[in-house]
Amino acid sequence: MEPAAKPSLGALLLALVPFGGMCFSVALWDRVEPRIGGIPFNLVWLVGWIALCSVCLWGAYRLETRREKDRGRE
Amino acid sequence: MSPSAVALTTIFGLVAVGTTIGFLAGMRRKMDLEQWTVGGRGFGVIVVYLLMAGEVYTTFAFLGASGWAYSRGGPTLYVLAYLPLAFVVSFFVLPQLWSVARRFGMQTQPDFFSVRYGDKYLSAFVCIVGVVCLLPYFQLQVTGLGIIVSIASFGGIGRTPAMVISVALLAAFVLASGIRAVAWVSILKDGMMLIAAVAIGVGIPYLYFGGIGPMFTAVTHARPAHLTMPGATKNLGHTWYITTVLLTSMGAYMWPHAFASSFTAKSGDTLRRNAVVMPLYTISLAFIVFAGFSAVLIVPGLANGDLALLTVVRRSFPPWLLGLIGGAGALTAMVPAAILVLTAATLFAKNLWRPIFAPAMADAQVARLARAMVVVLSLVSLWLAIYSSSTLVSLLLLGYAGVTQFFPGVVLGLYWNRASTVGVFAGLVAGIAIATLLILSGRDPYLGWSAGFLGLCANFLIAIVISGLRRYPVHD
Repeated sequence: MEPAAKPSLGALLLALVPFGGMCFSVALWDRVEPRIGGIPFNLVWLVGWIALCSVCLWGAYRLETRREKDRGRE
Repeated sequence: MSPSAVALTTIFGLVAVGTTIGFLAGMRRKMDLEQWTVGGRGFGVIVVYLLMAGEVYTTFAFLGASGWAYSRGGPTLYVLAYLPLAFVVSFFVLPQLWSVARRFGMQTQPDFFSVRYGDKYLSAFVCIVGVVCLLPYFQLQVTGLGIIVSIASFGGIGRTPAMVISVALLAAFVLASGIRAVAWVSILKDGMMLIAAVAIGVGIPYLYFGGIGPMFTAVTHARPAHLTMPGATKNLGHTWYITTVLLTSMGAYMWPHAFASSFTAKSGDTLRRNAVVMPLYTISLAFIVFAGFSAVLIVPGLANGDLALLTVVRRSFPPWLLGLIGGAGALTAMVPAAILVLTAATLFAKNLWRPIFAPAMADAQVARLARAMVVVLSLVSLWLAIYSSSTLVSLLLLGYAGVTQFFPGVVLGLYWNRASTVGVFAGLVAGIAIATLLILSGRDPYLGWSAGFLGLCANFLIAIVISGLRRYPVHD
């Protein structure tokens, strides 16, 4: 079994962004204030990042498919 | 009719509709092993999507996450983070997995280990660990069903008889219909669940506090520390959050059933596109968490947080609505439970019993053994559910600590051709040993770190070091 093709650096970096936003940075945003529409800041932050997560993956998807197309042409 | 009769009739009505859809979807197809377990590998984009979404939304999300929001508070936020991140991880693992699965005709998770590492003991070990970890996940669904039926009966039906009824229904459903039926019942289940989540998450704060904002104001005043980490706990702080989110996001697709569900897709591109859209699906979980936080002030002092959501629903809504929400919850337990028990039974028959004890077994016999195992595993989980007092979330985290240990073997196996059988096997055993020892001795989290994550670190380290020491790749 030969190893799978490595994903592009750009796609990997895009994937790290939501990990930074939702996971490693927890100490920075785990607060109740400022509340937005009455909802605690940490909840608003996470829900916002869920949407951004899809955006990042969409970017990674574009990068990966373009690369595969280029490779197919060679 | 009494309130309990209305609620219970509605629940059983919904379950009956779901089961009928399942039976209809399963009819007119010859039920051989392949058809029963992987739907004959003919699933289109929509069915795969339904199957994967169906696996995401389980009783764990419905009763477990709200229960944790009620009893633990802030640490529950990990649920909102790990699912989207699990799809990020899947973006880089599932398409690659899919293409090797197609090339080598893999059907199950141990098949991957057997093809990549060429060792039947490693794949048998993966199989055993997989089945053992599926049990608490299955038990979680059975416990959830018991809670739903007993609350909807206003205490008229005890939890144990409720669980017995649920398990009997579930086993009958799985035996009669197989994986395709399960995927189609998911439509009903997910539709109902989304409506229920919004109705509860918006309706309950509105009824008692006049809106979601005022509800949070009230909770902040009454329990200032509840909404951030560590909330009502002593040891679930930020380190626990980071290590648990990492563990569970890497582990989500290491569950044997989730792993294999990617094999049913038509192309690797489908799986990538799925990963882009799926995070949005988890936003609805926030509503369930809202309901859990509201319950803190509406029904304080419940001994078991898992009861919080439905207790509030019962107090706030008319019996028919309790029945609809309970019915949605019941389907939300039954669909994943069916997938789980089907996977565990097939793994046992196909990847453990046949290769180790009965190599001459025909496919038809394996199928019969798998069906018998559905009954056996259902009974084991029923017994576990009756005699265990764990909360739903801790049951899930227990399974996660185990299945995530497959992650190094899968990722290194896919991307690094020097990853060796000895290295991966040693890492896996070490990871599981560390996680199990820490959890069973009550040391999870250990110094603030998730025990499963500590096991995973050791696992990765050992697998990489031992594999790196070998001069040549063992397999090519």
